Amino acid sequence: MEKETGFVGKAEEFLQMFKKGEEFTKELLKENEKLRYRIAQMEESIQRSADEARIKLYENRIGLLEEELNSLKKRFRQVEEENKDFASKYIEVEEENNNLANLYVASYQLHSTLDFSEVLRIVLEIIINLIGAEKFAVLLIDEKTNELVPVSAEGMAVSEAPKVKIGQGRIGSVAKEGESFFSDDLAAGAAELNPLEPIVCIPLKIKEHVIGVISIYKLLTQKEGFTNVDYELFNLLAGHAATAIFSSKLYTQSERKLTTIQSFLDLLKEKPRK
Amino acid sequence: MPNILVVEDSPTMRQLISFAIKRIPNSHVIEATDGVDALKKLSSGKVDLILADINMPVMDGLKLVSLVRGNPAYKSIPVIIVTTEGAEEDRKRALSIGANAYLPKPIQTQELIRLVNTYLAH
Repeated sequence: MEKETGFVGKAEEFLQMFKKGEEFTKELLKENEKLRYRIAQMEESIQRSADEARIKLYENRIGLLEEELNSLKKRFRQVEEENKDFASKYIEVEEENNNLANLYVASYQLHSTLDFSEVLRIVLEIIINLIGAEKFAVLLIDEKTNELVPVSAEGMAVSEAPKVKIGQGRIGSVAKEGESFFSDDLAAGAAELNPLEPIVCIPLKIKEHVIGVISIYKLLTQKEGFTNVDYELFNLLAGHAATAIFSSKLYTQSERKLTTIQSFLDLLKEKPRK
Repeated sequence: MPNILVVEDSPTMRQLISFAIKRIPNSHVIEATDGVDALKKLSSGKVDLILADINMPVMDGLKLVSLVRGNPAYKSIPVIIVTTEGAEEDRKRALSIGANAYLPKPIQTQELIRLVNTYLAH
């Protein structure tokens, strides 16, 4: 009985121990679970902080790239502006080149001959083809009568152009003052031709000495107004055409005189033979 | 090397057009003083494009265009009329005869070069 009681007591004790073991195991499992959870949390936290660092890195990189992009965009705009500037400068240079070519050709042609009528023909060609005038006349000062006499015309007969006293009317004033006249209404000549009222009148000057004028009455239909090169051409005509006309006139006169003297000398040489 | 025939009685205009044309790389200018002279130059060498004035002595530009278009050997050569005649009916008449383009004087060099390049590229 006593033995039985001892056995039961031992079993009880064992059971107690087993229960404690069970509880301890449960606690261990619980602790283990907690630790697993904590590890998972820590892993997640590490992961998150790594992601955050990466995000920050990416954000920094994006910021830098954006900065770079903005600076490139700014540079691109600058280059674009520079390009536009170069393009407009190129057009200006091209235009200037063309204008210079026109002026070169005009002056080259004007000084290409010493024949008076040829020079007048070239002056007409320049006014028609380079300036775009349809009706105009060239008048030269007759030193004997002190009046402007028409020597050449286009789109009108030479006889239609007026003989004008120096200082008289628009044309006479241009010859007297030596200053060009440009009408505000360039289409004015299209209605009816008034030989005393040109739309443009240019003095032909050798330094300050006026030798004649170019009187323009009508422009070609397609010519709507004057450009910079037209004014340059007018200036060129005012100076170079005057010199060319004057020197060719002198040359033609001297040629004529030379021929007369030569004929006279020939005649004198021939006489003694008879 | 494109050969461009410039038919113009005015030496000033011939020189001015030639000056402009020479700015087209490798181009070569042949000058003629009127329509008859132009036909002679056409028969003596290859021409890729004709630039012709209308008002010229001996043979005018319109007569030249109609003769060029009537000749199988030259009919494909582009012709650009360069003239002081700026009226619309003159333009229409020139184009109806067979001119490819019509450029009124005073010429704008850039426009002339643009037209020449366009027709040389055809």
